[in-house]
Order: sequence, then structure tokens, then C-alpha cells
Amino acid sequence: MHYAETPGSIPVFPRPAALALRLPPLAPLSVALTALARRITRRHPELLTRLGSDGAARFVIDPTDLPMVLQFDLRASEPHIRVLRRDPGGDARIAGPMAALLGLVHGVYDGDALFFSRDLVIEGDTAATLALRNAIDDAELDLSEEIDALPMTLSRPLRALIRFAERRTGVALTRPEEDY
Amino acid sequence: MTLEIVCPAGTPAALRAAVKAGAHTIYCGFADETNARNFPGLNFGRAEMAEGIAFAHARGSKVLVAINTYPRAGAEHLWHAAIADAETAGADAVILADIGLLAFAAEHHPGLRRHLSVQAAAANSDIINFYADTFDVKRVVLPRVLSVPEIAAINAEIDVETEVFVFGGLCVMAEGRCSLSSYATGESPNMNGVCSPASHVKYSEEPDGLAARLGGYTIHKVGRDEPAPYPTLCKGCFTAGDKTSHTFEDPTSLNAEQLIPQLAKAGVTALKIEGRQRSRSYVAQVVRNFRAAVDAVAEGRPLPAGMLARLSEGQSGTTGAYKKTWR
Repeated sequence: MHYAETPGSIPVFPRPAALALRLPPLAPLSVALTALARRITRRHPELLTRLGSDGAARFVIDPTDLPMVLQFDLRASEPHIRVLRRDPGGDARIAGPMAALLGLVHGVYDGDALFFSRDLVIEGDTAATLALRNAIDDAELDLSEEIDALPMTLSRPLRALIRFAERRTGVALTRPEEDY
Repeated sequence: MTLEIVCPAGTPAALRAAVKAGAHTIYCGFADETNARNFPGLNFGRAEMAEGIAFAHARGSKVLVAINTYPRAGAEHLWHAAIADAETAGADAVILADIGLLAFAAEHHPGLRRHLSVQAAAANSDIINFYADTFDVKRVVLPRVLSVPEIAAINAEIDVETEVFVFGGLCVMAEGRCSLSSYATGESPNMNGVCSPASHVKYSEEPDGLAARLGGYTIHKVGRDEPAPYPTLCKGCFTAGDKTSHTFEDPTSLNAEQLIPQLAKAGVTALKIEGRQRSRSYVAQVVRNFRAAVDAVAEGRPLPAGMLARLSEGQSGTTGAYKKTWR
């Protein structure tokens, strides 16, 4: 796999593009992301095992370069995601550029390195955050692949968002290919 | 002879990343208090361990299982089961610290190779020879308090292999005996497998900076442009008398990449990378760098340029005690 050598130069969503994301309604995005999260936990049951009781928490995922936050609720048997304009509060908050958050999911960046370099902010329940970080790191997810497998009505808004993000930031929002 | 790279894996994905990146050997632990990295979301179930070992063996890598905490009285069966399960899973060796557990393993699992964990803090030839003679220990992980000449002197007086840390978090206390984490949280790496357990760590962004708290104690606060503080007491910032400083040790990580030729000359067998709590991205990057370095040394080529500074905890590196220039 080709890994980024250093956090240092994480792309940030351009402000005009981010402002454009103020316009679409958030409810369809919440429905699509919840369906995506549930699909992922069904396809990767080991992810829930690894989360354990520490990970049963309400996370606020804050992409700091986008005008929205995700409330990611892992307390029930199935995950639930709400997309909101403002931080609603939760047990733990994870904040950073969208590219950093996606890079963590795809194993491009190291969470500790991003945290020590201040590219990532962690607040609240550290045990819950660690459980989530480790479970996702182990799952070797490819979000594009997971989105493609969703029903068309749900995958369409997410694909449109991904294409928009890739065009605007130059960040590939898929898991890099292994090259060794 | 090429030095052996011994690299960490906190998850099966990290183990696979390490193997693919060229690690000769991977060390990992079961998901319980029998190993010194008992953090949320980390480590291996029994089936995962067997699968991970099979994956490594199929590609020519070895797997060591760390069972390096000290058993609680009355709960010894957890540690005994871990040793038996490591052997069943096909582990190439177990890494042990407790003298009672070493005796148990030598008696009940004589065919399972035994390494002495850094948690045993064996820092001189007399104690190493005792462990070798009494429990047939084949390798000793040396504490991070010795200089390169001291390591060479020890190697001249022992017959077992030595493994030394070359990269990652730096523990300078008497390992296996440090009580700083216990003092603040009631839990320690020695008994519970956790130094600064995550459930006791809190970071908060405040108007005057990012604060790190452990067990309710503020142990450091940094400004906007400084690296985030490390959550252990030993790397905290305190006021003692009229001086405010990192009283115990600076928040810096070990990077002895440039000392590999000297460590080879000192008779070291294996180079250990710290970081079972780190991601598969970290594991792959560090292994690739160190594999390239040991291959270069074995072939008499110059060392490749280091590229790992930003992966260090605290964002800065030191050669630690190896050069004895460090506080």
C-alpha cells in the first residue's frame, strides 16, 4: 500500500466549495450515511467486536473545512448518523480536515501522528475514541466500494458528494492500492 | 548477517501490513490484561492470533506473543491460558517478564521458545545469565537505559541473543517497576497492561491552550503551535521549586536509526520498534524504513536518509541512552 510519509500537507477543502455545501438539505445525507454505516457494520462484524463496550458512545465527527458535523451514534445495536450544521455535543469529538478523517479510515495516515502534529483534535472520552480508531484501522475499509454497494437511491447523493470533493480537493477518496 | 527487525502489531491488519512491508518478526498480544498494551480496540482474539501467525509464516515472517504483565494473585489461569494458546496458535516465542510465569512456561511448555521482556528490566550480564541458566531464556529485550558500549560489554558476557529498541515511545523508568501511572490512575502497565489508561486520559481545547489530564491531574498544557502533549506523567510538565520543566523526561521519542551499524558491532541480534498502539500506516512506514536500513548495513552500503521524524510521539527524536548525551 502506498502510505503518506507525513501528515504535514493535508489538503483542505477550498472555502468556496465548502460554502456551496451549505445549500443541499441534510436529511437525505443523514439517511444515506446511516445506511452506509449499517452496511459497513454488517459486512465487517469484527468492527463491532473490536469497538467493544468502550466504543458504545456518541461521537461528533467534525470535518473542520466543511459547514457540517456528523453525530455518529454507536450506542445501539445498529449505528445511526445525523448530519447537522452545528455541533450537537456527544461523548467524544474528533475534528480535522475532511481529507485527514478520510485518510484515517483508509489507512493513509497515522492517528497519533495527526494528533501530535495538531492536525487532528480529540476531546472527551479518549477510550471511546481509541476503540473507534483501532476498530476502523483494522477493518481496512474502502468507502467508495462500500458506497457502490448501496441501493442506487442512497448511493447517488453520496457518490455526487464524493465526485465533488475529489474534484475540489484533489484527494482520492478511495483506499489506495497495495503496491508492495 | 542482517539484523532482525521486530515490529509491533496491535491489530491483524497491522500484522499483515508489517509482513508485507518486510518485517522479519512481528510481536503482538491477546486482547486482555496479559500484555502491556491492553488498550481499547487493540490486540488479538485467539482465532485472529492463529490466522495472523499462519499469514506471517506463509510469507517467511515470525510472530512473538507478548505475555509480559505480572499475573494477579488468584488469576494466574489467565496468564497460563495465554501461554498455552500462544503455543497452540503456532507462536515462534513468547515474551515474558514475570519470574513465576517463566518457571511455569519452562516446566509446562518446554518446546515454546522464551524471550525475556523489557518489563523484566534485566540490565546486566549476571541477571541475564540467571534467566538463561534457570529458565532457558533464548533472548533478552534490553531496557532503554544502556549505552552502546554497555550493550557490547553485556553481549561479551552472555550466550543469549539481545534485542534493543530503536524506534518509538521512550520509557526511561525501571521498566516493570514504574508506578507513575498507578499513582495517578490506580492502573499500571505492569499489572493491568496500561500506562495512562485511555479511560483516565482527557484532552480539552481551552482558551489558553490544549490541556492533557490524567486521572483528573493536569499534566501539561500547550499553545496553538506546539505539538500535542503526551498523556503520561513521565512526560508531563511540572513546576518544582522555581523551575517549570519536563521534570522526569522530555516528550521525545527514540530514533536510533543512525546507530544501527554500531548496534550490529555491539553484537545485538534484533532491533525492536515500539508502537503496538499505532496504526497500520505507522507500522508499514517504520518497517519499510528500518528494513531498508538493516539491508543497507548488511550489504555495506550507507544508511538511507531517515524520514520518520513526524511519526514520533512529541514530534521530536533522540538517540536516548545509547549515546548518553540525553538528560
